[in-house]
Amino acid sequence: MSDILPVGEAAEAVVEWINETFGWLLDWITMAMDTLVSGFQDGMAAVPPLLLIAIFAVIAWVLTRKNVKIALLTLFGLLFIYLLDLWPEAILTLALVLTSTFVTLAIAIPLGILASRYASVNMVLRPVLDLMQTMPSFVYLIPAVIFFGLGNVPGMIATIIFAMPPAIRLTNLGIRQVPTELIEVSEAFGATGWQKLVKVQLPVALPTIMAGVNQCIMLALSMTVIAAMIGAAGLGLNVLMGIQRVDIGGGFEAGLCIVIIAIILDRITQNVISTGQTK
Amino acid sequence: MEETQEEDIHKNIKVSVRNLTKIFGKRPEDALRLVDQGKKKQEIFEETQQNVALRSLSFDVYEGELFVLMGLSGCGKSTLLRCINRLIEPTSGAVEIDGVNIVAMNADELRQVRRTKIGMIFQGFALLPHRTILENVAFGLEIQGIPLEEREQKAREAIDLVGLSGYEESYPSGLSGGMQQRVGLARALASDADILLMDEAFSALDPMIRRDMQDELIELQARLNKTIIFVSHDLDEALKLGDRIALMKDGVIAQIGTAEDLLQNPSCDYVERFVEDVNLSRVLVSKDVMKRPEPLLLPDSGPRNALRLMEEYGISSIFVAGKDRVFRGLVTVDGAVEAKKREIPLRDVMVTDSPTVELDTPAQELMPIMAETAYPVAVLDTEGRIKGLIVRGSLLAGLARLEVEV
Repeated sequence: MSDILPVGEAAEAVVEWINETFGWLLDWITMAMDTLVSGFQDGMAAVPPLLLIAIFAVIAWVLTRKNVKIALLTLFGLLFIYLLDLWPEAILTLALVLTSTFVTLAIAIPLGILASRYASVNMVLRPVLDLMQTMPSFVYLIPAVIFFGLGNVPGMIATIIFAMPPAIRLTNLGIRQVPTELIEVSEAFGATGWQKLVKVQLPVALPTIMAGVNQCIMLALSMTVIAAMIGAAGLGLNVLMGIQRVDIGGGFEAGLCIVIIAIILDRITQNVISTGQTK
Repeated sequence: MEETQEEDIHKNIKVSVRNLTKIFGKRPEDALRLVDQGKKKQEIFEETQQNVALRSLSFDVYEGELFVLMGLSGCGKSTLLRCINRLIEPTSGAVEIDGVNIVAMNADELRQVRRTKIGMIFQGFALLPHRTILENVAFGLEIQGIPLEEREQKAREAIDLVGLSGYEESYPSGLSGGMQQRVGLARALASDADILLMDEAFSALDPMIRRDMQDELIELQARLNKTIIFVSHDLDEALKLGDRIALMKDGVIAQIGTAEDLLQNPSCDYVERFVEDVNLSRVLVSKDVMKRPEPLLLPDSGPRNALRLMEEYGISSIFVAGKDRVFRGLVTVDGAVEAKKREIPLRDVMVTDSPTVELDTPAQELMPIMAETAYPVAVLDTEGRIKGLIVRGSLLAGLARLEVEV
């Protein structure tokens, strides 16, 4: 670290201060997210794999408004993972990705709405988002470990930080792009601010917001291997072990499973969007 | 005599705009002071960088009137329209709706007025793409918190009114421009507002469809007696639709008056230049502006036949002519109804002194005749045979059409 500019020292000091002051909060977050993930994971593990695969295929079919192709893709993709004998890892990865996405969206969408409404929020958020997006994702791992120890939770925290910017940006953009005349319609007919948001802005911005959701899921999946470096389990860990043991076969199989999950989730979210648009 | 009657019909002031000024910019107070000193728009901009969009405007719109705000782009007509429901906040002045100044209202009161008294129709239709036609039309009612069943019923009535029955479950993207604007109209009608603000409502439509929509608006207006403030940059449209027209320039009203006023007595050079193309009325004669005289009634027809024809053609009076088409007079709806009730022949209720003109009467001479009569004017050839008829709308449309073609 540089002796002239103590930037590194300052960062250390801040991290340490946060850790000491907000230790209780960090513990609470760890517990809450752990519960969420294990709930997800245990729930899925309790169902016989083949039945669960069928259920997922049906969910895909319903979400994409009866798109048979995507339902079949889900069915055979997941069967493939099952036959590779990576089902438990896949379930855990899915639980981690969906939990991270859920938390990310719960923060990102309200922030995006605020940013679209208040120029000041937007002004503060913009440089922060730039920083989050350009900072190499490995850098998140260090404070994540300090705050949350090793395991699934710090992996998810790093994932959440990494996946959040596009969701905020696209929510903000989507709402700002709602045509002026539609805003005027809601005001001219006497809508309150809340009615305008819920009945006009959010529905009209939905395709753009869904693109943000899609991005968010994809980025979360891309973090699985990196998160494994700080103790997150699942398919990412198998890939990481493949690297460490130079086990080409094992690494490839786990990597392929991640790709399959990514394709399935991508197709499902994209088709929720496009049916929304043409309607 | 005629004039006082006209005044009586229009007695109730629905919307009253008083000394309305709108200044765009960060420090409107500075510019407002200069407006009061009577400085010009350009001077004020140079001195303060503030843009005076509307400048001490005052006018009244009467109940049931179709009032057109007309002018070139940038004259402030759309800004003025938006000040009337405060989509744009006026810098100073008052807008009274039914005698209550809405500029002084707080947010809740204003919302209530917007919900119940004013409907608005937009140039780009402004339909919500994710909602069906029915849901779009019910939007205003939904905002008011009216229960689903009731608002859907009202929305269906409004959809029926604009002739879109059967499209309730379609989405806007599946409809043509003309149909989309009907939905916009239905949405404004559904909440039963007395006042409709229409911002270049037909400007985005094809000329043919636009003409149809204009006709339908006139017809709807006659039936529903709404007060309509209509913004347009199209003189043709303004002349056709407007009971009165306010011609705007640079944020002030150059002249307010009926189509005839503007054409015949332009108050200043600007208005004169604006309407000068239309003043080709000198060269226009009655046969250029007349419509086909259909249907005609034979002198010995019964009142029922007369009423049926009038209903079928949607007219309120009908010319009577013999088999040789020689003009005898005309029968009004009221006359025919009376004849039916009292079981007397039609000739007893026939109006025989309605004005007639010749085929080559100049349009300029037609105007005063049109202004003085409540009846359509019959156009006769030298043998007294009926060749056509002229109503106020066809005269103005003829004038305006000529302007477009030239």
